[in-house]
Formats: sequence, C-alpha cells, structure tokens
Amino acid sequence: MTDPVVEETVKGHKRLERNITLLAIGTFVTVAIGGLVQITPLFYLENTIEEVEGVRPYSPLEQAGRDIYIREGCYVCHSQMVRPFRDEVERYGPYSLAAESMYDHPFQWGSKRTGPDLARVGGRYSDEWHVQHLEDPQSVVPESVMPQYGFLKETELDIGDPAATLTALRRVGVPYSDEDIEKAEADMLAQANPELDPGDLAERYPKTQIRDFDGNPAKLTEMDALIAYLQMLGTLVDFESAAPYEELAEEKGR
Amino acid sequence: MQAETALGRVGLWFLVMLVAMAAALGAADSGFAAHAWIIAALGFVMIWMSASRFDPMGKAQGFFKMPDGPSRYDDDPIRWGVIATMFWGLAGLLAGVFIAAQLAFPQLNIEPWFNFGRVRPLHTSAVIFAFGGNALLATSFYVVQRTCRTQLAFPTLARFVFWGYQLFIVLAATGYLLGITQSKEYAEPEWYVDLWLTIVWVAYFIVFVGTLAKRKEPHIYVANWFYLAFIVTVAMLHIVNNLAMPVSLLGAKSYSAFAGVQDALTQWWYGHNAVGFFLTAGFLAMMYYFVPKQAERPVYSYRLSIIHFWSLIFLYIWAGPHHLHYTALPDWAQTLGMVFSIMLWMPSWGGMINGLMTLNGAWDKVRTDPIIRMMVMALAFYGMSTFEGPMLSIKSVNSLSHYTDWTIGHVHSGALGWNGLITFACVYFLVPRLWKRERMYSLRMINWHFWLATIGIVFYAASMWVAGIMQGLMWREYGPDGYLVWSFADSVSAMFPMYVIRAVGGLLYLSGAIIMSYNIWMTLAGKQREEAPLKDAAYDPEKDRPIVTQPSAVPAE
Repeated sequence: MTDPVVEETVKGHKRLERNITLLAIGTFVTVAIGGLVQITPLFYLENTIEEVEGVRPYSPLEQAGRDIYIREGCYVCHSQMVRPFRDEVERYGPYSLAAESMYDHPFQWGSKRTGPDLARVGGRYSDEWHVQHLEDPQSVVPESVMPQYGFLKETELDIGDPAATLTALRRVGVPYSDEDIEKAEADMLAQANPELDPGDLAERYPKTQIRDFDGNPAKLTEMDALIAYLQMLGTLVDFESAAPYEELAEEKGR
Repeated sequence: MQAETALGRVGLWFLVMLVAMAAALGAADSGFAAHAWIIAALGFVMIWMSASRFDPMGKAQGFFKMPDGPSRYDDDPIRWGVIATMFWGLAGLLAGVFIAAQLAFPQLNIEPWFNFGRVRPLHTSAVIFAFGGNALLATSFYVVQRTCRTQLAFPTLARFVFWGYQLFIVLAATGYLLGITQSKEYAEPEWYVDLWLTIVWVAYFIVFVGTLAKRKEPHIYVANWFYLAFIVTVAMLHIVNNLAMPVSLLGAKSYSAFAGVQDALTQWWYGHNAVGFFLTAGFLAMMYYFVPKQAERPVYSYRLSIIHFWSLIFLYIWAGPHHLHYTALPDWAQTLGMVFSIMLWMPSWGGMINGLMTLNGAWDKVRTDPIIRMMVMALAFYGMSTFEGPMLSIKSVNSLSHYTDWTIGHVHSGALGWNGLITFACVYFLVPRLWKRERMYSLRMINWHFWLATIGIVFYAASMWVAGIMQGLMWREYGPDGYLVWSFADSVSAMFPMYVIRAVGGLLYLSGAIIMSYNIWMTLAGKQREEAPLKDAAYDPEKDRPIVTQPSAVPAE
C-alpha cells in the first residue's frame, strides 16, 4: 500500500471530497460522456437517417390508431422489430429497417414478446379477424393470454383536432405538407367511410387503405382507427422488388 | 398561524384550485381533465387545511412540524417518507401480483382500465419511482444530515420535495389507468407531469447540495457521492428523454422530439440508467451508510469505494444499447454497449465486495441479527444480478434471451432481491430510531419476512429462467423437415405453469411485506412483542444529534 501513484490519487481525491462544486461537476462530466459519444452520431450517420422508398408519414386515421395502440400499452407485450435471424424472418417477414420507423414519434420497437411481433402484421389477417380477435382474443387463438378490447368497437373515435396532431408532429420533424394539415380532419373521416369522397388522400398517402374497418360503417370507432394502423404496419416498403435489398445490404453488420 | 399568512395561503390555494378547474373545463381530452380535477381537489384540501390551521393565539410554527431546535435532526419528512415507502411498496407489489396472475389467467383483465397494458406501467412505476423513490428521498435526507452532522438546508423546500413527489406519483399512476402515457418504458408520464417532476427534482437537488454545503464535517462521506450522482444523472436522463411536443397546452397528448432509431437509443440510454442511477447508485448510497451502521463496523475499503464509484458512474452510461441488440441500431453502437456492459461487471462487484467485506470480523451477526442477514442477502442478489446482466448483454446470449421472460426474471432478481431487501432492511433500521422506540415490535417477524421474501424471489427467478429459455428455444427450433416446429401460440401455452409459479413467488414476497407493515404499525403504536431475543445494532439517541456551533465565549473585561 505504499505505491506512490495510489497515494497521490487518494490525496488528489481528498480535494473532491472536500469541495461539493468540484464533486458535482466531476460527476456530471463523467456521466455525460457516454451518452454524447453514443447518441449524437445517430443524428448524422448515413444508415440511421437514410430514406427508403415507400416510407411515408402516417395518415391522420393511422396516427389516431397508433395513439390508441400506445394508450392501451400494446408495446408492453408486442415488439415491432424483426431481427435478422432466419427464424424471425420466416415467422414475421423481412427484418426491420431503420428507415421504417423514421416517422415514429415515439418508436414502438418494444422490449418483450408476450405476444408475437407486429412489425409486419399489416395485411396478414382480415379486418373481421382483427375485430373478433380484439373483442375476444381467446375465441380465435385459444392459447392467447391477451386482454379483451371490445370497448374499442363501442367507443366512438374522439376526433379531437387532427390538424393540431399533425402540426405537433411536423414540429418534431415529420414532413406533413400544409395541405395535409388543412385536410387532416376530412382525411380522417374519409379513410374509414367509403361513402365520403377521399379526394387525393391516396396520392398524398400512397398505399392508404380506404374502407370501413370495424364492420360498422355508420360509426367511426376507435376500432376503425386501431385496425387501420395495424393493417398498414410493415406494408409500406415493397420487399418484392430489388430496391429494399440494396438497402438491406447497405445496413452492415446485422 | 398569523392572520395574514393564513389568508395568503388560503388565497394561494384558491388560485391553484381556480386555475386547475379552468384547465379541467377547457381540457382537450378527458385524461387531462381528470388530472386537472385531481389538482383542483388538492387545492381544495389545502384551503381547508390552511383555514383549519388558522390559530390566532398560536405561534407561527410553520405548516409542517419543524424540529424543536438546532440540536435535533429534521426527521419529519423522513418519517413521512418511510410511511410513503411502505404504502407505495404494498400498492406496487399488489399490482405486480395482479398482473402476474393476469398473464396466467387472462380472464382477470377488466377492460379498459385494468387491462394488462395499463396496469403494467402502474406496477413498474409504483415499485421503482414510488417505493424506491420514496426510500431514496427518505434515506438521503436521513443520511445527509447524519454524515454532515447538520440539519437539512431549506426545511420548507424539503417538505415541498416530499409532497411534490407524492403528487407526481398520483398523477402518473392515475394517468396510466386512464390511458395517459408516452409509451417510453419507465418514463411513461406525459409532458406536464414530467415538467412537474423536473421542478420537484431541482428542489431536491437544492436541498441535498445545500445540506452538504453547510456540513460540519470536513469530508463528504461516500454515501453522499452516490446520492449526488443519482440526483444529477437522473435529472439529465429525465430531461433529455422526455423532450416532447405537446399537441395542445390543455391536452395530455404529446409526441417525442425524437423518432425511430434516435428515439430508441435515447430511451434505452434513459431506461438502462434509470436502473444504473436510480436503482443502483442511489441504493448503493443506502448500502454505504446503513450496512456499516447495522454491522457496527467501518466500510471495508476507502480506496475501493473511490475506484468503484468513478468507474461505476462512468461505465454505466454506455450500457444502454444492449437493450437494442440486433435491432436497426447500428452495429458499432450495439458492440460498444455490449463491451461496456461486460466491463460494468467489475465496478458492480466492487460495490458488492465493499459491502460484504464490511462484515469482516462481524460475520457471526448474520446468524443472530435478521436485519444484517437481509442486507447480506440483498448484496448477494446485487452480485448475482450484476453478473447475470453482463452475461445477458453478450450479443449471442441476447439473441436468445431478448424479448423473453428471462429479462423479466433478471430485472426482478435485482429489484426484489437487491432494491427490495436493502430497502426493507433500511426501514427496519430507521423505524425505531425515527419514532424513538427501543426496538422493532418483533425481530422474529423480520426473520419471517426475510424467508418469505427470499423463497419468493427464488420461485420468481427460477420460473422465469425456465420460461425465458424455453420461449427463446421454441421460437427458433427447426424440425428435420426444415420448418419451424412451434407456432407462437404454442410457446404461449407452454408458459402457463411458469406464470403460475411466478405469481406464487410474488405472493410470497407480498406477504412478507404485509408482515412488515404490521410490524411497523405495532412499533409505531409503541408495542413490543414478547419473544425470544434476537440481536440488533445498539442505538444511543443522545449521540444522534447535529453539531451545534457554539458562539465563542466573549472574554471577560
């Protein structure tokens, strides 16, 4: 215990122990470094900010469905992130790209799979299946431990102010146009009601699915919004064409 | 209370109530309105309390009880903190047992307010922030006064910190059941609740640092380094991770400032360090004060505490990306996270060794003193889960364990084993001293609590190991025909027995905490159970006092 270097260090440390300002500043600097080095580059690096053909902001109804998905805590049991393993790709579909969640404020990658991954659940089941499954999961999947969400079908969607929602999202970087914001409410109503004129909804939001989702065209319910969201998950990027695979090849090391 | 003060207080709370009612009526959504009504109700209660305290004859002794003079520590907020810790602990554990049962028996879900997705954040926040947070508030106020030999700086602010924090908890908890969440795990409360917590936290920092600044001891004791690191880092994490854009200033909903990959890493930088600084640094601070006190031995190594403090806080911050292995996060960040997570094993065990070796020469106490036994078990679980953590952060292990119940088991061996047991032990230490009792009502009951908790954790961790590894293997198993063997639903039904065992483990742990509450209740009532004696650390109330600076004697003319 007579190592002079150790002695000096201990002596030096005594200064910190006697000075609350030095100790606090030293602590803050020490804990700030890791985050700065790891997180800051993600805002600049090529493969975390690149765009991929097909990825677009959510339509107002899809965004409303996404808000319900978050409200009900679906992320607690369902991930939205297919990892690049043979079994996952076979079970869920092509593995997830960074760009696919670039408009996700907040991200919904999840951390636990009490239920299956939902990153590519869109188009996999019919709307009727989703309605029945959400009302009574055990009636279609007897082994399921999922709670029942029948109230979504009864609850009318609280439209609120879709333009304000899109404006808030634009403020954090989602590229909604002025037109999108202006037409937000009309877009939302039209997407779930084939009786209404959707206008250029499908041009501004390519691949939007326009139909009544919950089997009750008379009422715009929370079920409509949630299923509109579920049915578009993972459908925007065309994995049948060659382009996405070039992007996959670009994303190294996965 | 003086007439003007009373009138001023009533007026202030009336204003708060009016503003809250206006916000409730103008709210954009029902959740925000409900929260505004809670604030309004609080304002009303405070008006009533202020008015009823109006005592024209009495002296202005302050709204809350202050210590009688400078020769006593300011323990009132600590007493409240200990009660709050137990109250929220029971609530959080009960919520945990409930959701564990829901996973085995989905019929227990009651839509919409008591569905798993809404109660699970209630459970995690209740145990981490309400139970753990109150334990940290109470012990930090206790420890900083004793190790600085002085009273709390800004006693009124200290009381605000306590009550402000309780309001944060109530808003967060009711919010989850109403569906108000920003979906960031362990940071679910919405923007306005986050702003409130920021105000409370700044006040906490001011009280803590203010007390350190007026210390009567030349050195800042090691426990306070850890408390300080916990307060500073949690402030940084909380502010950055909760940056968000509200849709309306009268609505609950907001959208995260970040998206996708950036949001994911920011969240897990926060999430992992909520573990690292809330549940580790803060609780190590508790360990550094209460273990030596209960063992009646000095801390094993001063040098080890220096090395392990700085390396722990430096390395922890880097470990976040191990929550995102094999996701769309760039590979270099994942590897960096893995490497730092493995390195983190060393400083973690540095803390465990420093705690355990403090018992050098006093190991016989493990046999006779149930509180020290609880502390030793807490450190053992700390050591075990800080070995398991680095192991799970290795990418190839993580490819199996991620998304499974193994992670849940790991978290609970840390939370129930380390955080829970060390908190219980500290509360057992504190209660007789805070309420001036000779000892706890029953030391034998502490022993019962110890065994119920330990067996409960073993049930919990073991079932979740089996569940997690089974899930991981079933998801990736291929048959000789080249097809996946199991559907996802198969893996869900295979979980049933494990989920039942887990719920039983949780129930055992909860029953231990119920025994503890009874024990505390009886201690507060001033009773002592007649029983065969067990050992406890000695306590001399006369020595438990701050140093009062005496004005130097004026020499006689």
